[in-house]
Amino acid sequence: MVKFQVVNTQTFSDKKKPLYDSAKRVSPAIAEIREIGNYRHLLAQLVRRDILTRYKRSFLGVAWTMLNPLGTMLVMTFVFSNIFKASMPSVPFPVYILSGLVVWNFFAQGTNASMSGLVWGGNLLQRIFVPRTIFAVSAIGTALVNTVIALVPLVIVMLISKATFSWALLFMPVAILLITCFTLGFGLMISSMAAFFPDVMEMYQILLTAWMYLTPIIYPETIIPERFHLVYRLNPMYWFLRVFRAPIVDQALPSLRDFGIASGIAIVMLIVGWLIFTSKSDEYAYRI
Amino acid sequence: MPIVSNPSSQNETPAPIINLENVSVRYRLPSERIGTLKEYTIRLLQRRVRHRDFWAVHDLSLSINRGEVFGIVGDNGAGKSTLLKVISKVLRPTTGRVRIYGKIAPLLELGAGFHPELSGRENVFLNGALLGYSHEEMTAVFDEVVDFSELSEFIDAPIRTYSSGMYARLGFAVATAHQPEILIVDEILSVGDEAFQRKCTDRITGFRENGATVLMVSHNLGLISEMCDRAAWLDHGKLMKIGTAEEVIEMYREGFQ
Ligand SMILES: Nc1ncnc2c1ncn2[C@@H]1O[C@H](COP(=O)(O)OP(=O)(O)OP(=O)(O)O)[C@@H](O)[C@H]1O
Ligand SMILES: [Mg+2]
Repeated sequence: MVKFQVVNTQTFSDKKKPLYDSAKRVSPAIAEIREIGNYRHLLAQLVRRDILTRYKRSFLGVAWTMLNPLGTMLVMTFVFSNIFKASMPSVPFPVYILSGLVVWNFFAQGTNASMSGLVWGGNLLQRIFVPRTIFAVSAIGTALVNTVIALVPLVIVMLISKATFSWALLFMPVAILLITCFTLGFGLMISSMAAFFPDVMEMYQILLTAWMYLTPIIYPETIIPERFHLVYRLNPMYWFLRVFRAPIVDQALPSLRDFGIASGIAIVMLIVGWLIFTSKSDEYAYRI
Repeated sequence: MPIVSNPSSQNETPAPIINLENVSVRYRLPSERIGTLKEYTIRLLQRRVRHRDFWAVHDLSLSINRGEVFGIVGDNGAGKSTLLKVISKVLRPTTGRVRIYGKIAPLLELGAGFHPELSGRENVFLNGALLGYSHEEMTAVFDEVVDFSELSEFIDAPIRTYSSGMYARLGFAVATAHQPEILIVDEILSVGDEAFQRKCTDRITGFRENGATVLMVSHNLGLISEMCDRAAWLDHGKLMKIGTAEEVIEMYREGFQ
């Protein structure tokens, strides 16, 4: 029989100081940040896996990611462009809708995927140690890749409808970063609930639908009646849309106020979501 | 096969690499299944959330030395897998203290950590990443993993088409491609055919000669007595006996007669 050579890359650990001590408790939120760093290779693999499996299964592959929002946009344009024509900002209607859908899909897909990722990963969490947040983080990573792909049709539609390209578009990565933080924070919060109560996932779908219609994605902001303005200002997605759309719709940077509010919401949500999720770190392996 | 004792542990006093002090693990079983947030809220308002406590591991103290091959035996449901989970950081013990002085490579249960739609090749990298290895580290050992598992014909087929023995081969090959400081094996060797089991035990023996620590759970008492220096018998979460593999197996055999 062939004798196999084992690659010996082993380094022996310090014999005095334990690598793991169950009695030593650093704050779970901080320990988790460190663990995510240690497991960055796994993070890359999980994102790769999600993207590969998605594109292997569906016939149209990458094209689907681009066609999906495009299809919705076409229907919406067909249905609503005449109704909203009068109150529409300077930008072409398809561009307005598509830019809103890109942001909304990122949020909806990202949060949903982090929930189902934890349910899939629950199986794994019971068998092997992995950082608990890794499924949410990788889900947002995947959603981010999909969003970048979905920017391609947005640019094409902008070209076709002769929208103005301004230097302010260079601000887009910052806007996307803010939305990423918010989506991750919200995804962590909702998936820690879903881990304990499976019905949260269904209830969230209803919430998402209502939330979408309460956000000016397919209709212009100007048609919102005065008495609902407060409701809109309490909606985080409203601010992210404003920040994301400013370079596209107004060909300008977002106002400092909008940017400040959006950044504040994003950072607070990320911290709160991270704290909520990691406060239950030790329980997922027992409960899922 | 002769049992080779680890040269490094002969002269110096043995240094524990795994140390458990009065470890207990409690599972909480809801006495009625509360599956939904709605139900939970209603129950909470009525103050009727009840749990039944189940202690899967009970006040267990154990020290495993660097370089040892240590076996754990016990009936189904005795708490062996639970104990391994406490050691590999999956579960934090409810009470007591666990200290680990080295890096652990847990050998996953069958199929866990594999994605059925992906090919064997892609799963090698995914599984390697779960064990903390980078893409480069897995590339370096990839050919060796395929050779060892003898799956070169099937490596590009989706893993859902594999048999359970093939799962086990690939899982073992990945987990042991780099020599770990501590290898944890839960009952996986019994799935492979005899020739493959032989290869696995040879590799584990090789690890021991290099100074690695191995912790294994098996219902195959012959394998335990062949491979292990020491062993422990677990029953209903309690440590019944700890000693040389022969002693423990003998007692365990008497125990269930
Ligand atoms: N997630 C869980 N929730 C509740 N109880 C559990 C859970 N996991 C295990 N148990 C219980 O804990 C006990 C010990 O289980 P464990 O898997 O450690 O046994 P084992 O010794 O590995 O058995 P086997 O030889 O069958 O693998 C069992 O009675 C089981 O019912
Ligand atoms: Mg078991």
